[in-house]
Amino acid sequence: MSKQRKAIALISGGLDSMLAAKVVMDQGVHVEGINFFTGFCVEGHTHAIRENGKAKPNRNNALWVAEQLGIKLHIVDVIEEYKKVLINPKHGYGAHMNPCLDCKIFMVNKAKQWIVENDFDFIITGEVIGQRPMSQTKSKMPIVAKQSGADDLLLRPMCAKNLPATLPEIEGWVDREKLHDITGRSRKPQITMAKEFGIDDYSQPAGGCCFLTDKYYSAKLVDLWKSHGHKDYELDDVMLLKVGRHIRPQKNFKLIIAREEGEGRFLEGYKKEFISLHCSSHAGPLALIDGSVSAEDLYLAASVVARYGQGRNAGQVDINVTDKDGSERTLQVKPLKNEEILKEWYV
Amino acid sequence: MTKETLNARRLLCPLPVIRTQDRVKQLKTGDLLEVICTDPGVMQDIPAWCRINGHKVLETKSCNHEYIIILEVGV
Ligand code: SF4
Repeated sequence: MSKQRKAIALISGGLDSMLAAKVVMDQGVHVEGINFFTGFCVEGHTHAIRENGKAKPNRNNALWVAEQLGIKLHIVDVIEEYKKVLINPKHGYGAHMNPCLDCKIFMVNKAKQWIVENDFDFIITGEVIGQRPMSQTKSKMPIVAKQSGADDLLLRPMCAKNLPATLPEIEGWVDREKLHDITGRSRKPQITMAKEFGIDDYSQPAGGCCFLTDKYYSAKLVDLWKSHGHKDYELDDVMLLKVGRHIRPQKNFKLIIAREEGEGRFLEGYKKEFISLHCSSHAGPLALIDGSVSAEDLYLAASVVARYGQGRNAGQVDINVTDKDGSERTLQVKPLKNEEILKEWYV
Repeated sequence: MTKETLNARRLLCPLPVIRTQDRVKQLKTGDLLEVICTDPGVMQDIPAWCRINGHKVLETKSCNHEYIIILEVGV
């Protein structure tokens, strides 16, 4: 009997990677999933922070996909290594701060290392030619295979018939005839395939797999880099960009204001790293100050925060200021009016 | 059999799952691991991770915005 071959499938949590894994599993290959956590993934956590996300299931889609497929999933923390991909992408950024091509090369390279260490035979991705303008064009496909070092061990079951045969096809580990030739941005072929497999619940058909494709998130990231004067970042920095309203009334500081209770609780966890403000005379949100502030700045910050509390129409409100060391004081401020919060302050 | 505790407070999913996964790798079949988290998402994610990787969730509880999962390491 021939040896059962083993493949690792990059599982993003979306439909394409799920189908790609399924196509290969159905050919008798042992498949396990791998998912990389860069710090920017759209998975569960923002729902977890925000209370009003509760209507939606709070699931991690990659785990959910693995469970539906009945395969193991290895989640790998690549936060540190990913920094150099994002900070200085050789192939540049996409429409926003998404370095998709470098990101793909990076992930496939990590998967290549993983198969070597774990004695697996090849790698599967759910890429489809022409689906993403930056990383999934026909001309970019060989770049990913080559620069990741995966070469012909990288199989894209969704569009394999439109690409040169890879080792798993040449060696007969998988039957090329049973692979697919999907191209373009239409989701129809994938939806039909999903139906055939009896898969009727899946997430984000063609959306980006991370916050870096989001216009608003990217703007906040660029603002963070500008204000820090360099592109290096910590995980907390980029997590905080997903939370709250970000308002920069002055170059030297920005406010992160909770939009609801869940965010407030999340921001509470940062009170030792940031000066925090909350209204003590009326109900109001917790806010953090990112940057260093003068007494005058602090007053301005407090007046902005006052605008987002129940006392917004009061003549004066009390804002409690807590320093990083826990010492507290109270400022009496007049809440800013809506029109006094300038449009360009919103990050 | 040993029982260990993993502090995953303030971490957002999937980090508590990753930390659990990495700790479980160092444990033996039958060992117990108690994971303490603050992200409610773990109540879905850690049991899902356990199911697909062959570990058993013995208990889940929550109090004061903390979420605790006790699992038994599988084969
Ligand atoms: S959307 Fe994000 S995770 Fe997906 S390839 Fe692009 S940069 Fe990477």
